[in-house]
Amino acid sequence: MTAAADAPAPPRPLAEFWRHFAVNRGAVAGLAVVIGLVLVAVLADVIAPYDPARQFRDAFLAPPFWQEGGSTRFLLGTDDVGRDILSRLIHGARLSLMIGLIAVTLSLALGTLLGLVAGFAGGVVEIAIMRAMDVLLALPALLLAIVVVAIIGPGLVNAIFAVSIVVLPHYARLTRAAVLAEINRPYVVASRVAGAGVLRLMFVTVLPNCMAPLIVQATLGFSNAILDAAALGFLGLGAQPPTPEWGAMLASALQFVQRAWWVVTFPGLAILVTVLAFNLMGDGLRDALDPRLKR
Amino acid sequence: MLAFALKRIGLVIPTFIGITLLTFAMIRLIPGDPIQVMAGERGVDPVRKAEIMARLGLDRPLWEQYVIYLGNLVQGDLGQSITTKKPVLEEFLALFPATIELSFFAILFAIALGLPGGVIAAVRRGRPFDHMLMAGSLTGYSMPIFWWGLLLILLFSVILGWTPVSGRVSAMVYVPSVTGFMLIDAPLSGEEGALRSALAHLVLPAVVLGTIPLAVVARMTRSSMLEVLNEDYMRTARAKGLSPVRVVLVHGLRNALIPVVTVIGLQVGTLLAGAILTETIFSWPGVGKWLINSIYRRDYPSVQGGILLVACVVILVNLAVDLLYGVLNPRIRHAR
Repeated sequence: MTAAADAPAPPRPLAEFWRHFAVNRGAVAGLAVVIGLVLVAVLADVIAPYDPARQFRDAFLAPPFWQEGGSTRFLLGTDDVGRDILSRLIHGARLSLMIGLIAVTLSLALGTLLGLVAGFAGGVVEIAIMRAMDVLLALPALLLAIVVVAIIGPGLVNAIFAVSIVVLPHYARLTRAAVLAEINRPYVVASRVAGAGVLRLMFVTVLPNCMAPLIVQATLGFSNAILDAAALGFLGLGAQPPTPEWGAMLASALQFVQRAWWVVTFPGLAILVTVLAFNLMGDGLRDALDPRLKR
Repeated sequence: MLAFALKRIGLVIPTFIGITLLTFAMIRLIPGDPIQVMAGERGVDPVRKAEIMARLGLDRPLWEQYVIYLGNLVQGDLGQSITTKKPVLEEFLALFPATIELSFFAILFAIALGLPGGVIAAVRRGRPFDHMLMAGSLTGYSMPIFWWGLLLILLFSVILGWTPVSGRVSAMVYVPSVTGFMLIDAPLSGEEGALRSALAHLVLPAVVLGTIPLAVVARMTRSSMLEVLNEDYMRTARAKGLSPVRVVLVHGLRNALIPVVTVIGLQVGTLLAGAILTETIFSWPGVGKWLINSIYRRDYPSVQGGILLVACVVILVNLAVDLLYGVLNPRIRHAR
């Protein structure tokens, strides 16, 4: 994440960016949580006490260790089939970050491409692309994701794909707007006069100068992707039951609300903390990267 | 104003056509044979299949199918549910009041708390209340509402026992559907305690569904109010010796409200999408739950019709908000 964040400000050193970013304590806290989550996700196999799918037949719905009847064997308790909740949460972090990463990469790549094409081509192509994006924007995000899943069927991979389509229009619009703002600038005209081809103009000349809003949107896109994928999982349209995805973990929790609060509480808390961290970081990035707020 | 209105309406038409294309394509994009998919594991014999294909018009060329689809839409024919054999539009309209009722109280909750909260935070900028509100707002905005609903059920229904867990009204009372709005039907039924029961059932779902709009409204009110507080006319009003409350509420809030109204209008999409989750958690018999159940049952005509109708509601409300904005703020009419 940091490597990508540095890219748009080549004339300004990293320190300059960090100075603006570090002013916002919430953003730094968000960044810290995100780094922690990434570590947890990468080291999931090492730090998770158990296999997330392993069922302990002797410990159904065991409470967390601090509660009566709980033991340090299962720190956050077990679910209805005796799986260790902590281990499932740790592996869920890996899944959620992967969902976010794939969805953001996919939609960013496709959205940027569509935006570039729309901005450069103009005319009928631009109208066709942007109208299509408007249609996608007219539907509420979760509803559109449900439509996509209804077409291609439920499942983790399909949910990621659905979430990517949902956020696609934002990137396409941002890119197009940025392209239109840049395309008549002297440096672009100079490059064109010097004989640069359309592809070179698109990707080498113009795109790097459109990155700031895209990076901010991508960070916020992480939280949207994770939230929407979890909602799909909760509705049974995303990751399917044995998968330790946070939303899917909550899907079966409804029936245990009365008996086992920990089954209900922890997966949602994990979603909230993750989404909050990305939102905080995104807000900080926006303030740090938005040229209008810079002196 | 008329030119502005016509332009906005003109912009909506391609979106409408796009939505019909999407819902039309939807049923045909399903991998494999839609009839096989609908039939499920039992399968279907070729004669019956040809019959269904002909009935659904699936044996004609695509463009012809689309024209027929549009023609039917214009006449209010959205097809027939596979599971109940009832017209999709009829099913939707029967359940829609429940969703409207829920959404209405959700947005009411959001406005009732968000508006004063935002104003107080703006006036006390940088003070503890402001920090609390901003932190709360960001948390609310990041909230997975399906989990929030479960937590509230855990606290208020399971631990405290204050509210019922699901449904619109207690099973102990019989409320015939007259308007579809429980809060109107309940008193009409004459059953003792029906209204109380309906209200108790409504509180938690409305709070859950209203949480994200609350966060958005509070944030928007605060930032809009902050902008207004620095205006010259505010200083003038204060210099005239008006009471601080009057300055803030009459001179300030009235001007700060314009963007807030817009944001409230734009929450309709959030509400309808959130209703899918909220209705699922609370077994609220509205269109959101119906849509999800239709997907589970592979009742594609219902899914197709439901999505089209929800999309239409969102587009129309957004259009209405746009037009209202033009009325409230004449400057926007002449922009570009």
